[in-house]
Amino acid sequence: MKIQIQLNGKKIQEETAPGTLLLDFVRKHGCASVKRGCETSNCGLCTVILNGKPVLSCSVLAARADGGTVETLEGLQEEAAELGAFIADQGAEQCGFCNPGYLLNAIALFRENPDPTDQEILEYLAGNLCRCSGYEGQLRGLRNFLEQKHGRAAEEGGAG
Amino acid sequence: MTGLARTIHTRAGTGRRPGRLSELSLFLFLYIPSVLRYTFTVFEQTAVFWSPQRGYVMLKIKEYARAESLEQAYEWNQKKSSCVLGGMLWLKMSERNVGKAIDLSGLGLDQIREDGEEFRIGCMATLRQMERHEGLNRYTEGAVRAALADIVGVQFRNLATAGGSVFGRFGFSDVLTVLLAMDTSVILYHRGEIPLEEFMAGKRDRDILTEIRIRKQPGFHMVYQAHRNSRTDFPVLNAAAALDAAGGKLVFGARPLPAMALPLEEKLTKQLRGGNLTEKEAAEAAERTAEQVPVGGNMRGSAGYRRHLTRVLGRRSLLELQKLAAAEKGGTVS
Repeated sequence: MKIQIQLNGKKIQEETAPGTLLLDFVRKHGCASVKRGCETSNCGLCTVILNGKPVLSCSVLAARADGGTVETLEGLQEEAAELGAFIADQGAEQCGFCNPGYLLNAIALFRENPDPTDQEILEYLAGNLCRCSGYEGQLRGLRNFLEQKHGRAAEEGGAG
Repeated sequence: MTGLARTIHTRAGTGRRPGRLSELSLFLFLYIPSVLRYTFTVFEQTAVFWSPQRGYVMLKIKEYARAESLEQAYEWNQKKSSCVLGGMLWLKMSERNVGKAIDLSGLGLDQIREDGEEFRIGCMATLRQMERHEGLNRYTEGAVRAALADIVGVQFRNLATAGGSVFGRFGFSDVLTVLLAMDTSVILYHRGEIPLEEFMAGKRDRDILTEIRIRKQPGFHMVYQAHRNSRTDFPVLNAAAALDAAGGKLVFGARPLPAMALPLEEKLTKQLRGGNLTEKEAAEAAERTAEQVPVGGNMRGSAGYRRHLTRVLGRRSLLELQKLAAAEKGGTVS
């Protein structure tokens, strides 16, 4: 069947098998940041923003996204680099495998709630699993990012 | 490689220096499977690249179809190989050949509507919509949010549908527990409106669940409690308690059987409204009610542990419920 998806601002029209997952579709079109992690709708590595909402692309048929807009980290390089730098400053990650999904969901969080509390951050990102860390460094990074964005003084023991 | 082989030999306690032959065989023994595994992985990935619906995914879908009307969807669904898509989260993990995957997305069934008497939740409304719905949370005093907020993650709840969660009658469900605590019915395209409890007890058929209807009750209060081994996991047990002008109920779910509701004794509902239920009485009442609830064991907890949890969550729910009911009267809880 023929589907049309706006992927990172680019219109893609393609003949696709009805069972194709959105995950495989975006990866085929160069979005390697979207990863197949757990394959059981649990880890958040395959997160994409579909029509403005973060979803697990491993559980969405590409056919269902027909006519829709899909955003991945490839299309949000600037935001990702800015946010990612704060997380890197904390040395938060070891292997980095979970990072693209984590960043993308964090971007979705900030769109929905520009100034979340720690509790709100932890709740929103609870579906992004990281098996190296205890999420503490990531949280510090996001906090510093928010503080800079909202022009507040960075917390003690923050970046640097 | 040689070093490794030697270590293994020494550990095995052979006491002699390994000969050339045994080193070679050990080398082959260790090396060949990894080569095979690597080749297989490459092959698998290639297969996925060429044909994503094979390889990793066990669910096979022959045809995808967006229904233009409920009548059409119902007709399509009469075929055994057809399947109505919800959020596809559970379905995706099943080993199944679906002939026609029916999508109800285009039918405007993704709304939650509220008026003075009731809530109507469209079958395609997501759990995230329910969780964030102001009216639902006002009515349930935050119980809907409490029940749904720990289900996997935001990305998951943006996909999982209300209809799919109810139609599946899942034994791990938080959704069923929270809905059963209210005056809930489901609306099926062919059979019409059926109380949720009756629907859950009935046999699975090929009808289409279009809406969930919650009738508002005067003087309604409810609380929700769950025990999870880790935050976003399935619950080991969950419970809800509700009280309205006509009576009250205690609901237990994730037993790991589907949720079931038990009516509260009249004396107990009076005490809850009066705010004079003591902790000891709550524990006894929870114990009496919990005894009627069949529980089982699975990888998340044994039947004995769940039995214990029914008492604990039952007692806590009753005491929390009393606080809410007493707050309405402006009274204090002893």
